[in-house]
Amino acid sequence: MIAMHADGLTRRGALALAAGAFSITLVNPARATPEKMKAVIDAFTGGKKITEGRVKFDITLLVENGNSVPLSVQVDSPMSAQDHVTRIGIFNEKNPLPEVAVFNLTPRCGRAQVASRMRLNDSQMVTAIAEMSDGTYWSATSEVIVTLPACVEE
Amino acid sequence: MAARALINIPKGAKRGDIVEIKTLLSHPMETGFRTGADGQLVPRDIIEKFVCTYNGEVVFSAELHPAIAANPFISFTTIAMDSGTFVFAWTDNHGETQVQTARIDVA
Repeated sequence: MIAMHADGLTRRGALALAAGAFSITLVNPARATPEKMKAVIDAFTGGKKITEGRVKFDITLLVENGNSVPLSVQVDSPMSAQDHVTRIGIFNEKNPLPEVAVFNLTPRCGRAQVASRMRLNDSQMVTAIAEMSDGTYWSATSEVIVTLPACVEE
Repeated sequence: MAARALINIPKGAKRGDIVEIKTLLSHPMETGFRTGADGQLVPRDIIEKFVCTYNGEVVFSAELHPAIAANPFISFTTIAMDSGTFVFAWTDNHGETQVQTARIDVA
């Protein structure tokens, strides 16, 4: 709380205010928001309906170090020429950019299973969306809690 | 871009087996959002594209963004069809590509 006199802002108050404003501009670089995440997901699906299910998204729920968080995605699919997963997209809510990765699969993969490691800038929702060869979209979402975020160290 | 790549793949497999391939490239995946000691932004340097071909046919590829951790690790599966060569290619945002190959013997 900034000290205020009857005649307005004190010197101490003005300094605190200035310092506060400065630190806010410093620690708040460009960040994705749930709206940006939604826009990127819409671009991925072409605005089609996404159904929850068929996707098994494994990611640590309590992360100590956001610099390298293992994740794996498995999709329930026969991976035949007629019926397979074509793409798996990973999206996040609060990193500087909402995209994480897009994996392009083929029937030659045999199994719809991918794994990687991602950065997490904050506790947030992470979503995996699978695109099927029949044009449907399926998803799974995890809420991840991060105690030491990535992107902060010099 | 001369980075070290690690490929983990079974040496041999039966035809029709599903084999797991694990790849890791030693790379900083510099996001372009961090400031260096001089207060300037460290320029972005990330792997944007990964492609795996098996005897000339693309079996798996990926588009990566700065949210992928340093030393990008990617694992996926493929069906062992014939003995032959896997070619793994990582391309960064400057257009440079690093290629690594691995052999598989299919019985």
